[in-house]
Amino acid sequence: MFQALLFYAFSGLLLAAALGVIFSRNPVHAIMFLVAAFFQSAVLWLLAEAEFLAIILVLVYVGAVMVLFLFVVMMLDINVEQARSGLSRYAPLGLIITGLMIVELIQVIRFRSEGQVLQGFAVNPENYNNTEALGAVLYTEHVYAFEIASVILLLAIVAAITLTMRKRPGLKVQDIAMQVAVDPKDRVRIIKMESES
Amino acid sequence: MPLYLQNLVIITTQILAVTICVILTVAFTTYFERKVIGYMQGRIGPNRVGIKGLGQPFADVIKLLIKEVVIPSRSNRYLFVIAPLLSLIPALATWAVIPLTDGFVIADINAGLLYVLALTSVGVYGVLLAGWATNSKYAFLGAMRCAAQIVAYEIAMGFALVGVLMASGSLNLGEIIASQSGGFSQWFIIPLFPLFMVYFISGVAETNRAPFDVAEGESEIVAGFHVEYSGVAFAVFFLAEYANIILIAALTSIFFLAGWSSPFEGWVFLGEGNFLREPSFFWLAVKICFFIFVFFWIRATFPRYRYDQIMRLGWKIFIPVTIVWIAVEGVMVWMKVGPWSI
Repeated sequence: MFQALLFYAFSGLLLAAALGVIFSRNPVHAIMFLVAAFFQSAVLWLLAEAEFLAIILVLVYVGAVMVLFLFVVMMLDINVEQARSGLSRYAPLGLIITGLMIVELIQVIRFRSEGQVLQGFAVNPENYNNTEALGAVLYTEHVYAFEIASVILLLAIVAAITLTMRKRPGLKVQDIAMQVAVDPKDRVRIIKMESES
Repeated sequence: MPLYLQNLVIITTQILAVTICVILTVAFTTYFERKVIGYMQGRIGPNRVGIKGLGQPFADVIKLLIKEVVIPSRSNRYLFVIAPLLSLIPALATWAVIPLTDGFVIADINAGLLYVLALTSVGVYGVLLAGWATNSKYAFLGAMRCAAQIVAYEIAMGFALVGVLMASGSLNLGEIIASQSGGFSQWFIIPLFPLFMVYFISGVAETNRAPFDVAEGESEIVAGFHVEYSGVAFAVFFLAEYANIILIAALTSIFFLAGWSSPFEGWVFLGEGNFLREPSFFWLAVKICFFIFVFFWIRATFPRYRYDQIMRLGWKIFIPVTIVWIAVEGVMVWMKVGPWSI
């Protein structure tokens, strides 16, 4: 009962935050609403006793990805009016995609639950440790999928760096090893001078 | 009284007690800092309010409380007010999983280490939003510097903690301390010394303290992200900064110096029942005080880093060092040469 109350409360907050992302006029406000939405979904995962997923959601998305989002949005000078101008033109396509996604979601839920409506989250045994349970599956059963995913991510990193790294002529770069190896004798000359008074 | 109400009352009391203790410690940490830096620079430091100047922090707090909070007219009002809170809340919430003595921790959760990492990474929002909402170029520059710096050092910090995790075999902070029991020779600082250095220096960078305090950078951008904050709003930023210092000191002592356990655990000649051999809050407090002192020592000793060198240190030195040492540690664990027993 109490759990259901919490679930509905945080789901409501999640929906409100998600609507805030769409309807706020200021891009920075939109990002803060998205951060709030991530926190609410982390709480929903905590209710399902999936604490590893919940904390990783906060750590990766809120702590790293959204910070970079915020960073970029603050630097860009976004013209909201211009971005809104094509709204009526793109709306039908957006509605079609939304409809398709809703139908897919309903199909998946019906297929998974086979007509039964779950009364609550699955109850785990007393000493259940979500992190250990996930690790045990990830590194044994799904080890190839896990490794392939990490190689794909590495590839993406390398590709992003090589695509954006350009050497332009006349670039001034400091060689740290040379800076460290500098001898004070080459830079400073100490002169003995008689006082002039 | 029903059980859940009892639990609610107990947990709320614990949270209030820990929070108030942290805030009081912050007050005396500012006094400690001014005294330490004063003596290091051949001055006396504050000595007028109360006995030996011990009332100085309270005088400062009262001064800040009765000042007016000025909100700049072209600023983003809501975010301007929320930003200090966003930097304070994670700094205080992390204390929930920190074991203060053997058996006392507010929330004994399995993924404690991940929780610590997640909350320390959230703290950057306060600084970023403060810099943006102020609508001033100085504040914005400070926020940009701070965000890039924190993102860079967070990675090194996370990797250093992977080493701790491998050595202890647990994400629970209590179990991490328990796996280092048995006196000084069992502490992780010995096999994981490079990771300890990386973690502590990254901690200094994460809290934006000297020599990594370019986010404030008085000499070029006045006061950085909090240039327009005054009165209570400024006090909250100040509180968050010092709460973070104490937090980093506590975390370093838990991860690498076995938190509340005693360094002399196996020393029989100290006598049976000698409190120096017993694990207690005393030992955690000693370790925390030492690391806070190191923070101030560093501040009084080193000049401020140049910004590109901060970035170089984070990305090109710390991250490779941690990766190499994690590999070394992996081999050690695999060959069973470490002090740990996995």
